[in-house]
Amino acid sequence: MSIWEFANPVRFMRFSGKLLPYFSVSAALLIVTGLIWGFFFTPEADQFGSTVKIIYIHVPTAMLAINAWVMMFVASLIWLIRRHHVSALAAKAAAPIGAVMTVVAILTGAIWGQPMWGTYWAWDPRLTSFLVLFIFYLGYMALWTAIEEEDKAADLTSVLAMVGTVFAVLSRYAVNFWNQGLHQGASLSLDKEEHVADVYYLPLLVAIGGFVLLFIALLLLRTRTEIRNRRIRALQAREAR
Amino acid sequence: MSPTLALLARELRLSLRSGGGAGLGLAFFLIVVLLVPFGVGPVPSLLAQIAPGTLWVAALLATLLSLDRLFQADFEDGTLDILTLSPMPLEGLVAIKAFAHWLTTGLPLIVAAPVLALTLNLPDPAFFWLVTSLAAGTPALNFLGAIGASLTVGIRRGGLLLSLLVLPLYIPTLIFGASAVSAAADGADPMPAFLLLAGITLFTLALTPFAAAAALRMHMR
Repeated sequence: MSIWEFANPVRFMRFSGKLLPYFSVSAALLIVTGLIWGFFFTPEADQFGSTVKIIYIHVPTAMLAINAWVMMFVASLIWLIRRHHVSALAAKAAAPIGAVMTVVAILTGAIWGQPMWGTYWAWDPRLTSFLVLFIFYLGYMALWTAIEEEDKAADLTSVLAMVGTVFAVLSRYAVNFWNQGLHQGASLSLDKEEHVADVYYLPLLVAIGGFVLLFIALLLLRTRTEIRNRRIRALQAREAR
Repeated sequence: MSPTLALLARELRLSLRSGGGAGLGLAFFLIVVLLVPFGVGPVPSLLAQIAPGTLWVAALLATLLSLDRLFQADFEDGTLDILTLSPMPLEGLVAIKAFAHWLTTGLPLIVAAPVLALTLNLPDPAFFWLVTSLAAGTPALNFLGAIGASLTVGIRRGGLLLSLLVLPLYIPTLIFGASAVSAAADGADPMPAFLLLAGITLFTLALTPFAAAAALRMHMR
């Protein structure tokens, strides 16, 4: 039994169909718990007042915005090397989710930024990199829709994911050179003592867990949709013959 | 004549003769820089401040404009298939085509930039660095553009898609290129930005032919 057995679409469909309800329900439970705990049962912060509570949405979505792209990179690499169709379709399915996470992270940041920094938008390295990341998502999705042949589209978008990863990272550090920025350091960090106080930390972890599960649930759902879509097209092509 | 030189000569002949469109990028560069004072007003101090960024953004857009010519025509009439069959590796072919593209679109921009900088009131010490940074940075624009051009080569109405794919890749080049000129204009040391710019260019020269050639192979399978 190896992970590659799920490269078989039939087996993937069977397995993911069983997993999907568990992921969906636990995602809903954790997000609801994390948000209610965070919004109503944590104190207001010294300098930030109640605005601190937006981190329960901002931080998880921002993490997922980046990690969805990393996941697309890995899935594209697997497609290029081993040519498993499920992998290519999973990368395709992840892109819109990642794009939405990016937008939510930018918007919640803007809502928080207005009272705290006095501006909705600043050309800060982190903010700018997220905008760049969003454009990479748009380009990736546009390339998928522009090419009709499916395997060719999977190939070319994989190349774009490779190149995009390199340049997204490069841009992230290039904008540091250009502007030092307003954004605070990491909210969560394993090696430093800079992360948020414990009262906020625990509900934040619950919310992050919930959003990660939500991402997995949406990813499974969308990948299943893509597989079914492809099956429908194959059946239609057979009918037309 | 060696295959490398033959291909280079072919590319240059094609783009310099009528219908090749080598002058179009230059004319576009001119008009974009001309439009900026109309947009922001003719204040010399303001123009001096935004001159480095304006010139770099205009150079970037001018390069972008001619990218669809890089592989499209050869792909459509089958030349690319013939060239692929030649003993020269596809990576080398991509590099030569991108280099020829730089000679006909990038080089004229470098020559024209100081003249246009004069109209934007760029401070004197920055002229040298404007030319140097464009010379060091524009090859990266052409080589990165080759990736976008190869990804979108068979696609109808690929022009807009091409710009969506390529422009984000230009961000590091733009940042370091414009910073070097701005630093020189402000009397600061342009060397750090310039060295990073040169690093980015060398990085793209070394690696983009592989990505672009991979994409072209996928199109021709």
